[in-house]
Amino acid sequence: MSTVKKNISEVDGATIRFAGDSGDGMQLTGSQFSDNTAIFGNDLATLPDFPAEIRAPKGSLAGVSSFQLQFSNKDIHTPGDDLDVLVAMNPAGLKVHLGDLKDNGMLIINTANFTSKNIKLAGYDDNPLDGNSLDGYQVIKVDMTKLVATALEDLGLSSKLKARSTNMFALGLLYWLYGRSLDSSINFIQKKFAKAPDIVEANLKALNSGYYYGETLEVIKTTYRVNKAKFEKGKYRNIMGNNALALGLLTAAQRSELDLYYGGYPITPASDILHYLAQYKSFGVKTFQAEDEIAGVVSAIGAAFAGNLAITATSGPGVALKSEALGLAVSTELPLVLVNVQRGGPSTGLPTKTEQSDLNQAIYGRNGEAPMVVLAAATPSDCFIMAYESCRIALKYMIPVILLSDGYIANGSEPWKIPDINTLPKIETRIQKMKEGYAPYNHSNPDLARPWALPGTPGMEHRVGGLEKWEETGHVSYDPENHQKMVELRQRKVDIIAKDIAPAKVFGKESGDLLVIGWGGTHGAIRSAVETAQDKGMTVSHLHLRHLNPFPKNLGELLVKFHKVMIAELNLGQLSTIIRSKFLVDAVSLNKVQGKPFTQTEVYNKITKLVKGI
Amino acid sequence: MTIENTLTRQDFVSDQDVRWCPGCGDYAILSQVQKLFPALGIPKENFLIISGIGCSSRFPYYMDTYGFHSIHGRAPALASGAKIANPDLSVWVVTGDGDAMSIGGNHLIHVLRRNIDMNILMFNNRIYGLTKGQYSPTSEVGKITKSTPMGSLDYPFNPPQLALGASGTFIARTIDREQKHMGPILEEAHKHKGTSFVEIYQNCNIFNDGAFSDLTEKETKAETQLVLEQGEPMIFGAEKNKGLILDGSNFKVVKLGSHYTADDILNHDKEDKNLAMLLSEITYNPELPVPIGILYQETKTTYEDMMTNQIEEAKQKNESANLEKLFSGTNSWIVD
Repeated sequence: MSTVKKNISEVDGATIRFAGDSGDGMQLTGSQFSDNTAIFGNDLATLPDFPAEIRAPKGSLAGVSSFQLQFSNKDIHTPGDDLDVLVAMNPAGLKVHLGDLKDNGMLIINTANFTSKNIKLAGYDDNPLDGNSLDGYQVIKVDMTKLVATALEDLGLSSKLKARSTNMFALGLLYWLYGRSLDSSINFIQKKFAKAPDIVEANLKALNSGYYYGETLEVIKTTYRVNKAKFEKGKYRNIMGNNALALGLLTAAQRSELDLYYGGYPITPASDILHYLAQYKSFGVKTFQAEDEIAGVVSAIGAAFAGNLAITATSGPGVALKSEALGLAVSTELPLVLVNVQRGGPSTGLPTKTEQSDLNQAIYGRNGEAPMVVLAAATPSDCFIMAYESCRIALKYMIPVILLSDGYIANGSEPWKIPDINTLPKIETRIQKMKEGYAPYNHSNPDLARPWALPGTPGMEHRVGGLEKWEETGHVSYDPENHQKMVELRQRKVDIIAKDIAPAKVFGKESGDLLVIGWGGTHGAIRSAVETAQDKGMTVSHLHLRHLNPFPKNLGELLVKFHKVMIAELNLGQLSTIIRSKFLVDAVSLNKVQGKPFTQTEVYNKITKLVKGI
Repeated sequence: MTIENTLTRQDFVSDQDVRWCPGCGDYAILSQVQKLFPALGIPKENFLIISGIGCSSRFPYYMDTYGFHSIHGRAPALASGAKIANPDLSVWVVTGDGDAMSIGGNHLIHVLRRNIDMNILMFNNRIYGLTKGQYSPTSEVGKITKSTPMGSLDYPFNPPQLALGASGTFIARTIDREQKHMGPILEEAHKHKGTSFVEIYQNCNIFNDGAFSDLTEKETKAETQLVLEQGEPMIFGAEKNKGLILDGSNFKVVKLGSHYTADDILNHDKEDKNLAMLLSEITYNPELPVPIGILYQETKTTYEDMMTNQIEEAKQKNESANLEKLFSGTNSWIVD
């Protein structure tokens, strides 16, 4: 076999997707390619997509797990719309994802899994590899499983264990396709399976086989190079949203010199926050896996009363269970951060899919007048900043805060410029040290924060609770005038924070034909679409809200500077309703509830329609 | 931390008017707690009293300590967080039969199994008082109330047995009217390191008056109460002439005299879990006297101590842990 010289084509970027059975290791393959891409120096964004079942029926359409990423030599914001490369490890993966592959895109197939049983399970009448249904693509058929088995012949592993390394073959082949070094994955495999040397060997051999398969055979004529993207100077790493969020919380605890207390109950897609924090015990972090969602938040309220930086994280159904306790946190004016990593609803809904349909719940979802501060992170790395910001506000204003994330940014990743801790804003606390002049519900400071008198401090013994209180003394009160005063005070406590948050800043011109507003994880798709529209000469700007209650002070002024306002969100128009009612603006909605993020094309098409209609 | 005892009962009386109904059993319990706290050698500011919702749960307002009147059923969860956040606090939960056993049942069993150091005082009046008289999860079957005009249908919980089943490490019972009994039991609960569960039979003179009158009236109580003393034979009766023996694996009441002597009577051993199971079984058995005192006690490491140890261990293993390192992870790169 001779090595043939192949063409190398330089491209600006690529979108690739690995797809296979839930048990095929597609998430690992994708995240390995992402880490490698990040270290190589491309900008990137990822979209993992997996079923709610841990092992859905093998070979079925419901059991398909995929991992998509876009990487580029330019600044990018999304995991990409259409695919340049699709790796399909089985017929079901092919069936589900082929529609997203570009015309003449590259389709890499593991033929070993195209058995008549799997073909049927995927809903094909005949083997799609026969016939001409794949004619419009560059089809690379490889019996990966057999090649891996051959490469691992000398290892004393069962054929089942050998087949498990097949994903590394696919990874190796993709590394070759994009001219990458194998080092990051070699290191990873050696560390991950350190206790099982034969598994290390199997995976390394499979990885190498994939790479050399590409290099040696003539089946792929052209390989690609995507040059490094231009990043600001600094130290970077690739990070997932939930990881960034946990680091933001930890940093806030360290900066405020408080112990971090986390009380929570496992729920998809928020559990990783608990997993990360549980690893930070050497920083004094206390994680409490409670008996239920309610105990998670209530224990955090207890920890807040006792003087810790108290956190709970969950997803929509968990927030529903925690609502009564959130009212208690509002009434007792304690610092608390609740993170809601949103997923498709209602009820159990779509546990592993993304959605933004808990905004109303965050803003309104409690009995009585119980306003809470609501923030939303825009990208995986933004989760760090917004987690930190949530803690800052909670502690400075003695108020509970809801931070909204979503499944898309929680599991998605992007390069993160590691911040210099000293440049982060200072975090003030209201810990009361002086006994003189102390009153538990004194709100005389301009921030309307009551003092935080911690149990164990002599002379400040006091009682709090969910019954209405006299202002100043905190004693129980059923007085009508006092109740009015306290209800209004709790609202003002939220409103006043508007003075302390960054003003809304648009991307693009400060006035024009169209302002596209988004919040949360839709940032990337909206930004890309707006960039494209601007490049084509449209006067379109993008405003991404990270503070949803209160809004930035200048929001109203901005809205009237555009002919039209469009609000894009993954729900039926929740932010839209709020903005329309608050600012009397005739905003147009772009909505989607499919458990998937917007594509930039969807946003772009709507922009074009609205701009042309002017 | 132990301090010289300069505190008095008055130091624990808050400036709020007590608003329980006149004649309520809660007054007696409040009075015992106010009497006990200054004697424990703990700085006043280290007490934290947490309650749920119900008549009993107004308790924190009447104590001049740190206090938290939380939401229905959730006091054990709130107390867990507070104790983990600051293990130096002496944490007391005041709850009722509805609060602890109905809406808060889940939190109660889980705090018991975790053995977080706190004292749970469950005022059991076998009725919902604050909502004006519905039957509770400890009401006897057939209870006629506003919500059960033909009698309640559900079988009641047996609180000490539930606590045992949840792996409680300190399980005791006392009675509002038995002031001399209650004080030492509360003190023992405090001394116990772990979750102490104390069921206090308490009379609601408005909605369930006389629920425990057999146990509290002079004429009958000697025959109906079995006062448990560690290592002592389980003897009762006005003339101290009755005792418990084992008949197979069940208790049997025998008369002391010609046939049986005190030596034949079973001695109480609070560390014997099987005996505790049998004692807790008595709750609703009209043939046997109702045990009061410490039914069961066991030494077990507390949750918060284990957590502190894990944190210390992690700190020692990662002495060089700092945020910058953590931020960088294992795959960082530099752009210059």
